[in-house]
Amino acid sequence: MTAVLVQPKRKKRKIPVGQIVLVAVIFVFVLTCVLPFLNVIAISFSSKSAILRGDVAFYPVEFETKAYEILFSDKTMINCLLYTVELTVIYTAIAMVMTILMAYPLTKERLAGRKFFNLMALFTMYFSGGTIPVYLNVKWFGLLDSMWSLIIPGVLSTYNMIIMKSFFASLPKELEEAATIDGANDFQILLRVYLPLSLASIATLTLFYAVGKWNSFADAKYYIQTKSLQPLQLRLYNIIKGSTAVDVTAIEGNANSNAQNVSESIESATIIFATLPILVVYPFVQRYFVSGVTIGAVKG
Amino acid sequence: MQNRKKPFFWLLRDWRLYLMLIIPVAWYIMFCYKPMVGVIIAFQKFSLVKGMAGSTWAGLENFEFVMQLRDFPLALKNTLWLNLMGLIMGFPVPIILAIMLNEIRNKGIKRVSQTLLYLPHFLSWIIIGGMVLKIFAPTTGVINASLLKSGLIKENVPFLTDGPTWQLTYTIVGVWQSMGWGTILYLSAITGINMELFEAAKIDGANKMQQIWHVTLPGIRSTIAVLLILNVGQMMNISFDRPYILGNTLVQDYSDVLSTFVYRTGITNAKFDRATAIGLFQSVVGLIMISAANFVTKKLGEDGIW
Repeated sequence: MTAVLVQPKRKKRKIPVGQIVLVAVIFVFVLTCVLPFLNVIAISFSSKSAILRGDVAFYPVEFETKAYEILFSDKTMINCLLYTVELTVIYTAIAMVMTILMAYPLTKERLAGRKFFNLMALFTMYFSGGTIPVYLNVKWFGLLDSMWSLIIPGVLSTYNMIIMKSFFASLPKELEEAATIDGANDFQILLRVYLPLSLASIATLTLFYAVGKWNSFADAKYYIQTKSLQPLQLRLYNIIKGSTAVDVTAIEGNANSNAQNVSESIESATIIFATLPILVVYPFVQRYFVSGVTIGAVKG
Repeated sequence: MQNRKKPFFWLLRDWRLYLMLIIPVAWYIMFCYKPMVGVIIAFQKFSLVKGMAGSTWAGLENFEFVMQLRDFPLALKNTLWLNLMGLIMGFPVPIILAIMLNEIRNKGIKRVSQTLLYLPHFLSWIIIGGMVLKIFAPTTGVINASLLKSGLIKENVPFLTDGPTWQLTYTIVGVWQSMGWGTILYLSAITGINMELFEAAKIDGANKMQQIWHVTLPGIRSTIAVLLILNVGQMMNISFDRPYILGNTLVQDYSDVLSTFVYRTGITNAKFDRATAIGLFQSVVGLIMISAANFVTKKLGEDGIW
């Protein structure tokens, strides 16, 4: 009885205990996503002896910036970063054009052979030649050990193409009819009507492609030998797994012992170096990604 | 519209659309379908010099050879086992997280949490692997170091150096990496639940837990079912990056999976025909599993994947 009487008086906005517990639990999950970064940042700024003693947790111990000095004095690291940017930009631009060129015609119901082309694309999502036939194909085209081996074999993602297609298909058909009456042809309709209306989707897919390329490692590992053609992830892998050190001879003085002293922190500094570009753009691109995932799920 | 009688009237009308298709379709043929034809080297004694046309046929020799290798059953077992552990430990986490995130009232806290939880999804496995190798390292790694210092353990936990423990590390890192991102589909499914159902449950006197159990969970049941089945269908697929960066020679019998095995056989040792045979086996079994998953999804009355 009292409960019934009390209920209307819930005006007082007290934070319920449940909410506090809930936020605390979520906070623990969130911490697991933040602490690893703090740890690696701390290592990158700590002295070797502190690292070896196991003293470094989430803040630098015996602060020093030697690792970054060595990292940035290695010109090939900066070049590698610029090369990876170039690679990502070229790849993303071509991939976007390919995606639009494939997706747009497939939204036209009048197109003869539409089902066939659709199926042709879809089938590749569920079956592929596999690593080695693809590798031999890249070799056959003479692309091995060139930048193009990292661009052409994966330049169209059927998954992204389907997202693009479902967006084009969601635009009202009257747009096309009106443009046709005004005398526009298919090229003009695509360029002047569809593309300006699809900027948000295009931005999303551009980011899908760009982040995917930035993070891709396996293709570089398979196809690239020449050091100057190695993208950042492969370079990072080689540093972490110790087959190449950062070029420490650039540092004057007793370069070798210097390198020995800071190898742990150099590895960590390189990890941070490779993560930073993603962290810088992340806050801006994240929401596009989320919207892209939900579109993709509607029709996979 | 004009002259429907004329043959190829559609070509006259739509040639611009076909022109657009030419480059991507040519790409599909040259870079997706041509390698599919390339799988026939799995049935050949392939010689790089003679090429596919000049190589002699070997029947199922490559398959027989691969099957009796010590590494093949190991790689197959590890692939299935790591995927299974990932599924069992990883599948429920995004569901629980999504339900919890959905219950947070403070919009700011919710948004910041989501942003940070999604972050690992945007990092490459090389970056994550590099961090993992630091954090789980014996003696100097923050986890072992703090456990040792607090006296909770006397010796290092062999996160990266003992086979079965390595597999656990591999799985936990995977769960961690994908848990936040995995919430997105569930969160959008929860948003789709009719609010009146919650109101009705409240009037019936259901507390928060009962509402979650009787309204939220049934509301996202179909999303859960579809994602579960699709995940099971992906059992044969394993990425190359993650086992490759996390693995080391000490745990090779536990970390070698089909993707790394194919790489080692085919690209490192240039045994193209045998590596292709392994890959073909994997693709065919994978295709069967995905088809079965799709069939089950449709039987349950959901939209399949094709």
